[in-house]
Amino acid sequence: MPKTPVTFTLNGAETGIFVDPGLNLLEALRREAGDLSPKFGCGQGTCGACTILINGEPHLSCLTLAVAAQDADISTTGGLAPGADLHPLQQAFADGFAAQCGFCTSGMLMAAKALLDRNPRPTRDEVVEAISGNLCRCTGYDPIVDAILDAAARVQGRVTA
Amino acid sequence: MSIEFRKDLFADERDDNLNEIGKPKQRQDIGGHVRGRTAYYDDHLFDGLLHMRCLRSPHHHARIRSVDSGAAERMPGVRRVVHPSDVPNNLNTLLSLIGFGKDDEQLLSDQVVRYMGEPILAIIADTEAQARAACAAVRVDWEVLPHVLDVEEAIAPAAPSVNPAYANNTFDYGPYDHVKLRFGDAQAAFAQADHIVEAEYEMSPIEQAPIETCGAIAAPETADRFVCHTGTQALFFSLGTAAKLLNIASSRLHFIGGTVGGGFGGKVDSITEPMAVLGAILTGKPVKFQWDREEEMQVGAPRGAERWRIKDGVMADGTIIARELTGFFDAGAYTRLSSYAGTKCTGHLPGPYSIPNVAANTFCVYTNRTPATAMRGFGITGVDFAIECHMDRVAEVAGIDPISLRIKNAYRDGDMKAHRRVAKNCALVESCQVAAGKAGWILGTEDMAASSMAGSTPERASIPQTALDEDGKINERRAGRTATTSPVKGTKQLPAGTHGRSHVAVPVQRPDMQIAPERVGHDDPAARGAAHAPAPVAPPVAAPLQPAAAALPAAAATPTPPRAQPAAASQPTPPASAATPPAAQAPQLQAKPYKPDEPFQRGVNRPGASRFLSGARRR
Repeated sequence: MPKTPVTFTLNGAETGIFVDPGLNLLEALRREAGDLSPKFGCGQGTCGACTILINGEPHLSCLTLAVAAQDADISTTGGLAPGADLHPLQQAFADGFAAQCGFCTSGMLMAAKALLDRNPRPTRDEVVEAISGNLCRCTGYDPIVDAILDAAARVQGRVTA
Repeated sequence: MSIEFRKDLFADERDDNLNEIGKPKQRQDIGGHVRGRTAYYDDHLFDGLLHMRCLRSPHHHARIRSVDSGAAERMPGVRRVVHPSDVPNNLNTLLSLIGFGKDDEQLLSDQVVRYMGEPILAIIADTEAQARAACAAVRVDWEVLPHVLDVEEAIAPAAPSVNPAYANNTFDYGPYDHVKLRFGDAQAAFAQADHIVEAEYEMSPIEQAPIETCGAIAAPETADRFVCHTGTQALFFSLGTAAKLLNIASSRLHFIGGTVGGGFGGKVDSITEPMAVLGAILTGKPVKFQWDREEEMQVGAPRGAERWRIKDGVMADGTIIARELTGFFDAGAYTRLSSYAGTKCTGHLPGPYSIPNVAANTFCVYTNRTPATAMRGFGITGVDFAIECHMDRVAEVAGIDPISLRIKNAYRDGDMKAHRRVAKNCALVESCQVAAGKAGWILGTEDMAASSMAGSTPERASIPQTALDEDGKINERRAGRTATTSPVKGTKQLPAGTHGRSHVAVPVQRPDMQIAPERVGHDDPAARGAAHAPAPVAPPVAAPLQPAAAALPAAAATPTPPRAQPAAASQPTPPASAATPPAAQAPQLQAKPYKPDEPFQRGVNRPGASRFLSGARRR
């Protein structure tokens, strides 16, 4: 079966890959584009570990066909902090013990980024709603919710810590 | 309130500024986590990676009449069909590496499947989708066999035999089909108790459900080795298991672990590693064997189900003077780590409480359910749930504050635990006090003044005279692991249960626990009038047993007068469920004569053997 060329922007960089027509975007990003930050947890859209941003909106890459990413602007956790400094969300997660095994963290961060991008001052309920599609088995969620609120405060200059 | 933290290990080496709980702290690996750069096993990329999928049983219990993989082999992308015969040494048990238990599980099953989802064949293909499609194209002719999914049904007479290594559906603990704990004389104590509190508790299996599913990638390496990246929680355990199953020198296996995407006990079973390495051996290519979410939930070994029956003898002031526990661990179809859970659990009984008379039988039972394995304190958490529920029930019956009841009965430093170890660094009293304070629960001054460091007495610190079971034993103990082996002062007798030897001041009890025969499936020799010969015990020996008498007048013949042993009162009170007299079972059981030359048959007792011995005495 012939492979299909797909071109898109990945964390600001022009990217082109060849994929099998049925390949999902998660596998395409990991195997073909070499961005290992989205994770495979279920392959059926229930765990959220593969969450990425497509044109600023959170998507489950395991349920997205790779060919559908043509011309899209894709952001992943791998591109959250381009330099040495961490993104406020990453810093808040690190400071607030919002990750233990770390496997859900990439997806959590992208779901949180999507929230803060459209709502810089979310309420606690809005944070809970925003990460309701992301499962975490280690933390019990509270440190994650706290960290996202903390990150929102940092961005606003309302540093709480 | 302030708590004094005590320690007897590394006393000079540990800085005890124990004030970190509840405060965020940066993990050393957090940088990788938040940047998405932490490398889990699946983050190692290989060119030409092949994918392995298993064909699994749709039945709880079935014989494989035939397998036709011809069509699958011709499907696109299929590189190799892996049959059970491709596994060089296709029989193992996890704990064989420490010499515990018999090999009872195949990597790929060739004749019989014993749980739903058991793998019988694997297909290696260029893509996962191709491997999946090829698995669906394999034709298997199944002969469905009767199955059993309940622990007590599994050890009832005539239950289907699940696992041929343990044909009577119970793990072998030495000569017993259960772990036995005897401390003091629970039956005599029940007769003296003001209240008897009995209840049954059940815990469901719990899937560890890590977000990263189990898996491994193996590839041929230089120097005739195979590299294996794995998400295992037990790297060398997995290496040893792979070496055994594949009959390959462990020096040829290069196992690389790393960050595990959540484990919680569910990643110790060492299945994906030998499978992936086998794939790499057979194809010469990198092979990934990764469970999908459905496999993780269906065949990933959970914490096993447990059922507990607890009976307490309680005095009016809330002192628990006796506790009897019967426990059933559901191992599923294979042993994995359940045998160990039973041992560990029994060592924990009767919970963190100083109870002078304890009797427990803990069974590790095979059923046609998914094999169980480790998960977060397995063996302890389940029975603790039962024990703490029971403590609340006891408090209610005795009309005592539940926290006060726990403080009253909690271990104090120096108390003798039921498994003959001295309680040290106890903290339940203090934990209760702090918990009550946090919850705004008012405790009395006596309870607030209590301390784990005060309250032990010579009586609480000693091993009591212990009732023997029908074999004249308490339980075997390994030499060198006992609390004390000095003769009890003035008696010239060894403390009960040390060095496997017994202290026979209390006569042999039969039955020594109140097991409902129609529920547990033990044949009762007394019920059918069979002669019962106890195993010889060290002198002084009790008078020969009268089969009909449970508590013997012959007790008087022992040199040390036993404590109160009311003959009639110590007869067990049958629980409500024992409405059917044991004799009702007898005719059915008598229909199966004992044939010494034949392998074990269910429901047949060897003449003269304890009913705790299931089948032939194991060696």
